[in-house]
Amino acid sequence: MLYREPLKDTWAEQRLFNNRIVWALTGLVLLTGLLASRLINLQVVEYQRYADLSHGNRIRIQPLAPTRGIIFDRNGVVMAENLPVYQMVLIPEQVSDLDGTLDRLGELKLIDEEQRQRFFQRKRGKRSFDAVPLRYRLNDEELARLSVHRHELPGVDIQAALVRSYPLGSSAVHVLGYVGALSESDLRTVEASRYAATSHIGKIGIEHQYENQLHGEPGNRQLLVNAQGREMDAKGGAREELLRNRKDPVPGSDLVLSLDSRLQAVAETALANRRGTVVVVDVNNGDILAMVSQPGFDPNRFSAGGMSNEEYLALRNDIDKPLFNRALSGTYPPGSIVKPFIALAGLEYRAFTARHSILCEGYYSIPGNEHRYRDWKKEGHGETNLSDAVAESCDVFFYMLAMDLGIDRIHAMLADFGFGETTGLDIPNEKSGLLPSRDWKRGAFSRRSDQIWFPGETVITGIGQGYMLATPLQLAHFTATIATRGKRFRPRLVTALRNPLSGETTEIPPQELAPVELADDRHWDVIHRAMDAAMNTPRGTGWSTSLGAAYKMAGKTGSAQVFSVGQEEEYDEEEIDERLRDHALFVAFAPLENPQIAISVLVENGGSGGRAAGPVVRQILDAWFQGQKR
Amino acid sequence: MIFIEAEQFRPNRALSFAGRLLRKLCIDGPLLIALLLLAGAGLFVLYSAGGQQADLVLRQLLRVGVALAALLVVAQIPPKYLRMWSPWLYLAGMIMLILVLVTGASGKGAQRWLDLGLFRFQPAEIMKLAVPMMAAWVLHSRRLPPDAKDLLKLLVIILLPTILIATQPDLGTALLICASGILLVLLAGLSGRFILLAGGLAMGALPLLWHFMRDYQKQRVLTFLNPETDPLGSGYHIIQSKIAIGSGGVFGKGWLNGSQAHLEFLPERSTDFIFAVLGEEFGLLGLLSMLVAYLFVVSRGLYIAVHGQDTFCRLLAGSISLTFFVYVFVNAGMVTGLLPVVGIPLPLVSYGGTSMVTLMVGFGMLMSFQSHRKLLPT
Repeated sequence: MLYREPLKDTWAEQRLFNNRIVWALTGLVLLTGLLASRLINLQVVEYQRYADLSHGNRIRIQPLAPTRGIIFDRNGVVMAENLPVYQMVLIPEQVSDLDGTLDRLGELKLIDEEQRQRFFQRKRGKRSFDAVPLRYRLNDEELARLSVHRHELPGVDIQAALVRSYPLGSSAVHVLGYVGALSESDLRTVEASRYAATSHIGKIGIEHQYENQLHGEPGNRQLLVNAQGREMDAKGGAREELLRNRKDPVPGSDLVLSLDSRLQAVAETALANRRGTVVVVDVNNGDILAMVSQPGFDPNRFSAGGMSNEEYLALRNDIDKPLFNRALSGTYPPGSIVKPFIALAGLEYRAFTARHSILCEGYYSIPGNEHRYRDWKKEGHGETNLSDAVAESCDVFFYMLAMDLGIDRIHAMLADFGFGETTGLDIPNEKSGLLPSRDWKRGAFSRRSDQIWFPGETVITGIGQGYMLATPLQLAHFTATIATRGKRFRPRLVTALRNPLSGETTEIPPQELAPVELADDRHWDVIHRAMDAAMNTPRGTGWSTSLGAAYKMAGKTGSAQVFSVGQEEEYDEEEIDERLRDHALFVAFAPLENPQIAISVLVENGGSGGRAAGPVVRQILDAWFQGQKR
Repeated sequence: MIFIEAEQFRPNRALSFAGRLLRKLCIDGPLLIALLLLAGAGLFVLYSAGGQQADLVLRQLLRVGVALAALLVVAQIPPKYLRMWSPWLYLAGMIMLILVLVTGASGKGAQRWLDLGLFRFQPAEIMKLAVPMMAAWVLHSRRLPPDAKDLLKLLVIILLPTILIATQPDLGTALLICASGILLVLLAGLSGRFILLAGGLAMGALPLLWHFMRDYQKQRVLTFLNPETDPLGSGYHIIQSKIAIGSGGVFGKGWLNGSQAHLEFLPERSTDFIFAVLGEEFGLLGLLSMLVAYLFVVSRGLYIAVHGQDTFCRLLAGSISLTFFVYVFVNAGMVTGLLPVVGIPLPLVSYGGTSMVTLMVGFGMLMSFQSHRKLLPT
């Protein structure tokens, strides 16, 4: 073997090799130095920058929603609260077959097609480990069904949440309003950071008006998150630090309303299923004791997120307008309700006195004009003084009185009461109604010939027809002003705010408005007596309403014309389409001697005020005074 | 016999029991201790990096055990036999590489594994040792420095498996195998002119290499050059890894306290990026200590190489030691953003089996060279 090998100079080769090893060692040291300098650069020179980056990487601030304030009535009955409910959620990343899972839920009747579509809408923009709500509220039976089948549905979970609940259902729904899912447009109206964790917001009514107070202040907690934003368990010192930095949310204020939920229920029952309104106000401070607008709806369907689009559209497009709060957004011709106020103007401007009387022949014509303004009583009321005119609701008397006064004086007196302007109730969408005047007419019409105020318009203003409009709330408010002889209070619904943590209550004092001041205070007595006569004498239009009552009430009936009857035609209730019939109106206050409450009732297309609205007034007043006795 | 067993020259040197045992087992004490330290530290870091799963650490411990057993077995084999087997091992490796290319089962989108029925096997791992062994075998009987004919032969021996592995595609391993061969040729005394010539050729070959690279490989190079352009995509690995290391500071955040790693910001933290976990939790001091341990292993390897009995032992020991350093440097360089991301694990520390065994077999050879030395009589 040896001879075949070439000659090797072993020592030379060893030297060469050693030399190369020295080179290699040099390279080794250089490269290690390069690494070390890189490490020093990262860990010493730029340490702070990377430390900050690392810290920012791992802490995420999660906002915590505050608990919404509870709404109580004046007696502490809960009208809006937060109930724990069970939601069904789905965590997409834990579901291998999404369509299959949703199909299975459909088979189990836990979701329908629409909820399925909504799920996909909600899922957009969420991360795969975020729980996406499938249903906001499961009933017991559904919860049980889901629990039984949970094992077949990995990734489907049950979560507890708080949902706004209205224990009295549709009662006082127009006052309370409701909360609905926070929308993009809602977010533009509020401070977005306060709503980062909030899912629902007050849409109308008290819930909307007092959103700021009810909502509360959000808190936040810090979470340890991984690169995908998934929450990780924190341990040891990190956990304590996170807990220390937690800021608890501050719950929203509880509200105490002026409403009496019992009276409210009585009023709703009294109206039965008719379209209409009831407003009951405490004359001595403006507290709204009851405010009904019918038909209504169940606000719980909004807050639980369970209302489908179809259901909402059905509600919105319903011919009876259940979403509409007639009591403060509905404007109606006040009709005969305006008569006591016109009478007061007559007394005040000395166009008439309590002792004078006129002869009512069943119609009135402006001197020099053929047109007959008819009385509701074809044969006329005969010899009629002011008290009779109010009690029997004689139209001719007020036609004449209005002509004597003229529109300017009528306007001046009614404006003092607040006709034509909002009462300032503390919920939104209140309408101002309309108090016509020469000025108004000039501004309201574009055609020159329409801008002139005609005497005939003054005539019908005397009986509350024509351009004049008022809301049921205004009518109750004006009646209260008569009851208190001119003292006026701004109507209000919220009487106190309560801090749910400390229990500390902040009362909101009643707000007095500029009173109606008369030249002679005895004029109030005249009007009181006239309204007394309307209720408590057999000839009065409200006689049947007050019959046998344990207290004494004063009031006025009215009917608002929906449909104009021609000059020679008869108005026949039976023959006219139901929706074209007159609206029945009734205002009253009681007790006469020492007024406590005032009330307005409107029954849409109810016909005559005494017949349709009277029993409603009586039931409510009875309930109130019975409650007082107890 | 003109060679006498080394022990017989120093029979009276007082040896402790451990020393005698190591000698009996043909083990090099300092090298073994350094390797055990590194592997042990690796298990510690792995426990933290792997999310404190005991079974992950146990599995790795098992691998360390198997690898140490392999080291022990190889250390018993006299270098003569290792040299004689070199061509056969190389041949077998080449056949398997071709088999992989033709029939290989695909794992992770690359054909690297050969399914032998009982277990799956990566032929490229054999080539990590077979290529330098073959090169050393060729040079063993030649005069050094090698002449042009030898160099051509070596070029074929090195490039053939390199190309085969690169087409799998496993660029990282291909480069390492190529490096091990080239380092061996350099140690053999390749003249400076050749080095310059090869360097020039390599520069010229770069565009050609770029042309043959897969898209993901090109992407790695591009993001290496400017990681911030794609912070959530390919640059993510590098940025997060730099944050982990940088935020560790001088002393580190402490064992099990590395937020980057535990909050899963750091990708592949128990395998290729475990160096960053070490840096985050143990800081600059931890990393430098680790580097010192690695340097010790390499130095000891070079010491053994210098004292090698013959050309085969010297060249092979030198190549194995320096390649080991290349492993460490490439991994650390990639994790710290000095080098593009190539899938090379941190030797002895990263989670994973095959490369651990290959490494230990290599060190087994070093120990065999060291313990089977025969000295010329004076």
